[in-house]
Amino acid sequence: MKHQKWLLPLIVAILLVALWKGLVVALDIKPFLLPGPDLVVQTLIKDWGLLGSALFNTMKITFFAFVTAVALGSLIAFAFVQSKWIETAFFPYAVLLQVTPIVAIAPLIIIWVKNPTVSLVICATIVALFPMISNTTLGLRSVNPGLASYFKMNHASRWKTLTRLRIPSAAPYFFGGLRISSGLALIGAVVAEFVAGTGGTGVGLAYQILQSGYQLNIPRMFAALLLITVAGIVLFVLMNWLSKLALSHWHESEVKHEE
Amino acid sequence: MSSPAPPAVEILSADKTYSNGTRALEPVSLKIQPGEFVTLLGPSGCGKSTLLKMVAGLLTPTDGRILLWNKPVDQVEANGHRVAFVFQEATLMPWSRVRPNVRLPLDLRGDTSDDGNRRVDESLALVGLDKFANAYPRELSGGMQMRVSIARALVTQPDLLLMDEPFGALDEITRNKLDSDLLELWAQKKLTVVFVTHSIYEAVYLSTRVVVMAARPGRVIEEVAIDEPYPRDNDFRVSPQFSMYAKRLQDSLLRAAAMGAPSNEVA
Repeated sequence: MKHQKWLLPLIVAILLVALWKGLVVALDIKPFLLPGPDLVVQTLIKDWGLLGSALFNTMKITFFAFVTAVALGSLIAFAFVQSKWIETAFFPYAVLLQVTPIVAIAPLIIIWVKNPTVSLVICATIVALFPMISNTTLGLRSVNPGLASYFKMNHASRWKTLTRLRIPSAAPYFFGGLRISSGLALIGAVVAEFVAGTGGTGVGLAYQILQSGYQLNIPRMFAALLLITVAGIVLFVLMNWLSKLALSHWHESEVKHEE
Repeated sequence: MSSPAPPAVEILSADKTYSNGTRALEPVSLKIQPGEFVTLLGPSGCGKSTLLKMVAGLLTPTDGRILLWNKPVDQVEANGHRVAFVFQEATLMPWSRVRPNVRLPLDLRGDTSDDGNRRVDESLALVGLDKFANAYPRELSGGMQMRVSIARALVTQPDLLLMDEPFGALDEITRNKLDSDLLELWAQKKLTVVFVTHSIYEAVYLSTRVVVMAARPGRVIEEVAIDEPYPRDNDFRVSPQFSMYAKRLQDSLLRAAAMGAPSNEVA
């Protein structure tokens, strides 16, 4: 069972890549329409200087946006649970962030904020922020009512109630938020780079995809795409691992059940 | 010559109407002397948990007063007395091991003394869980989790222990065992216990006195003293006296049910 967890998806991956290669060869598809998987990997190695630094830049934006979203989202969530007034006044605006498409406001932010890196980080943060706010708020509120009474009866201070009760109770939700938010930070970074386009810094993976499109360098486009996908998967696995590390000894979602 | 010791609990025609208008409890007056083991027995909706929570200070009476050792509920600690509450569920922190769970009331009071640590060990030993100090709650059975909850209550060295159907969710065999252990603790620590249950047998086995309550509206209908010597062993559970008391309580509950309901249920 332990091996099947990664073996089965791997078999699917091998089959799909084989099918891909098979179709490209059998139907004699030109590389500028659909390159074969081997050509994509060759391009990735050949253009690594270009693509590697683009990957680094995109990951830099993703990282800063993710860290900002986590810090800001948690702070906002803390403010929300401290006072119903604050939540009632500001929650609609948190939703506003969530429902406004980032492509629509990214051009504005890129014009307003001089520093291109900062403007991209802001865009990606906006995309990644909402799940952190809503998950952490929900978590901080999801306190066992019996335990809450117990704390109240023992005259626990606000601070002790927060650190000893609310924050541990929120942990599973917080980590769920991390999982969603990390992926969104990457998506936000790529989308913002697309909008910034050639007018931006011109060094991210999205820029490479755009450039490859203009030059009909489809293998390089695929290679860049592959890097984004792999980066997303790595982020997801990393967050899963973090969540396991923090929760495995007590929370149902991460506890290993005997079969 | 000396004035008699004040009652541990004195309820002076306290009643409760919830803010939504629900009448939970008609005025109740009750005195509990130090060292008594009093059980509040009744069907669901009779206000027994409400009454207990008012004694704990978790709810405020709508009218009337509750005194602990002649002082209002919120001043009891200043008075040198300690009250501990055991809930229906174990209400443990699932993210903490057994030891910090038992330590919790000390942590919340900012007590980091060696004496506190010693009492944590002592409490764990008293409930027979000294070997499980490093386990997580989810690794324990329901009965063991309740034991942790009781150890947590004992760690503050309470003189009044309030228990709200603490063993209601456990199987009968585990429940009987915990009841026996509780009586031992009660005798050893000279506690005053107020115990809520809907089990007639549990009430007879444990109590020095049973307060029988009825529902709709929640009220006290009778007090029955269980004049049987302690320690009470398992033979007591199957003795004729036990059955006699059980029948007496059952009759009382049935009478109240027949009398109360129809006219009030409409409201």
